[in-house]
Amino acid sequence: MSSRIEILNDGGYRSDGRKQYELRDITIDLTQQGTADGSAQLTHGLTQVLVTVFGPREAKMRSQTLHDRAVLNVEMSVAPFSTGERRKRSRADRRILEMAAMIASTFEPVVQTNLYPRSQIDIYVHVLQQDGSLLPACINATTLALVTAGVPLLDFVCAVTGGVHSTSPLLDLTTLEENDVPHMTVAVMPRTRKVTLVTMETRLHVERFRELFELACEAGQTIHREMKYAVKDRTVALVNAMDAGSKGGAADDHDRDVVMDDRI
Amino acid sequence: MISFASFPSTSEAYGRYGNTRHHPDVEDDVHMDLDEDDFEENVQRLTVPGESITSSHAFMRGHGTYVDNDEVIASVAGTVERVNKLITVRAVRSRYNPEVGDLVVGRITEVQPRRWKVDANSRQDAVLMLSSVNLPGGVQRRKLESDELQMRTFFEEGDLLVAEVQAFFSDGAMSLHTRSLRYGKLRNGQLVTVPPILIRRLKSHFVSLPCGVDLILGLNGYIWVSKHVKQSEQEGEEGFDAEAVYSNKNDDIDEATRAAISRVSNIIKILAAHFVPLTDSVLLEAYEWAVEQESSVKDLLLDDVGENLVASLGSGLRQ
Repeated sequence: MSSRIEILNDGGYRSDGRKQYELRDITIDLTQQGTADGSAQLTHGLTQVLVTVFGPREAKMRSQTLHDRAVLNVEMSVAPFSTGERRKRSRADRRILEMAAMIASTFEPVVQTNLYPRSQIDIYVHVLQQDGSLLPACINATTLALVTAGVPLLDFVCAVTGGVHSTSPLLDLTTLEENDVPHMTVAVMPRTRKVTLVTMETRLHVERFRELFELACEAGQTIHREMKYAVKDRTVALVNAMDAGSKGGAADDHDRDVVMDDRI
Repeated sequence: MISFASFPSTSEAYGRYGNTRHHPDVEDDVHMDLDEDDFEENVQRLTVPGESITSSHAFMRGHGTYVDNDEVIASVAGTVERVNKLITVRAVRSRYNPEVGDLVVGRITEVQPRRWKVDANSRQDAVLMLSSVNLPGGVQRRKLESDELQMRTFFEEGDLLVAEVQAFFSDGAMSLHTRSLRYGKLRNGQLVTVPPILIRRLKSHFVSLPCGVDLILGLNGYIWVSKHVKQSEQEGEEGFDAEAVYSNKNDDIDEATRAAISRVSNIIKILAAHFVPLTDSVLLEAYEWAVEQESSVKDLLLDDVGENLVASLGSGLRQ
């Protein structure tokens, strides 16, 4: 035993009481945030991120404009209070830049950027709380924010982390577990089961890779289901609100006493 | 032969979701399917990205969809619409998709040689050419070099204007024109922004409310709320007065009109927050309700007042 905490006890439970393949609670909030075109706040257990999407809009950086497709611009900021030990990270922190680049490259093949030449899609990721599985939380929240912004996507992108404790695979790791076990992050597109991101920062035994990889892809389907509920929920709510309003307007059509300007 | 791809066969699930939360591990595929009514039925069908809509043999793909493996698949979350064999998905909320002839309200972002760039809530800034604005000294006049040099006397950065979509460039950017006396620079009012889908096409997008407030409902979701201008004053005798059209000074606006403008703006904000489509009749009804309440203008923005307002719209129409 390398550490004092027990990653997986004899009863098959992890340090936070979950089973091996159990994911943490997922909460999704798709409320409109300010002037953003789309936004999503996503919580995986104690990890919480807020993503806002602006665009497609006129590219501010002329030099980076592409004549045949839109540019994805991901900016990430980590709140100083989001971790256990409080410290201020600059925006140019290498780790944060790297993670932003990973998010951008995950979404480049998924967003139909060719529909928006010379435009730019800004994705702002705010990390509010961290407790492991940060990258998957950011990716899942970005998917939802892009969907709420009405940006055309080939499919959802659902990400999850997996790790191996001796020989038993674990899913959706917390910080405690991430510090101790070799782990990787997988992002899948659930319909085609194509994988848009696999990343590892630790060494993993090659014989364990396949099992863990397949498990993570399967978990992506479960996360997809939750995300789909949330999106449909919002779509239904908005469509119903619009229907209620427009039906009223039609009924009132006969005796409107509004002065319409007929200057045409 | 119409073949529908992979629709699960349970149908009563639709009404249930929305108020149920599920544990991720629970296998509940029963809830998953959309309402699987055919396009024939007059029911709105909703979809999410990556969901297969139908076979591509029988139907053509439109906006908001793509084809993969002989299936038409949605790429945005919204309502499925069908015109004959063309399937499109309309996103519930997105940026403005311009069409020729649309009336838009925009803001100048940049002055470039012989053209202005205009932010019109679209995916790219719109272009307003110097040749498509009314120049002072007569409506039908060729542009001169001196006009090019004094473009900022017509429109400066930050100016608001109302214009019509004239054409598109090859990359999809729109070109505007203000060659009508109804179009041009905006003053004496306030801009309110709403999601573009809430603005429906109306007979006229210039609305005068009886409370002395004029509205310009731009199809791009920008709404201009301003003091009422008498028709004769607006058009002038010989139609055109450069001083007035390109003036940057507001007229005097009395207290009552200011209050009315703010009240209308607040009503629009509330209706947009509740996702109610804006028409002149809805706005008028809401205004009358707001005046009846005799509350101050800013109280309208309180949550419960807003909810009452939206609720009153429904009840008023049913009577």
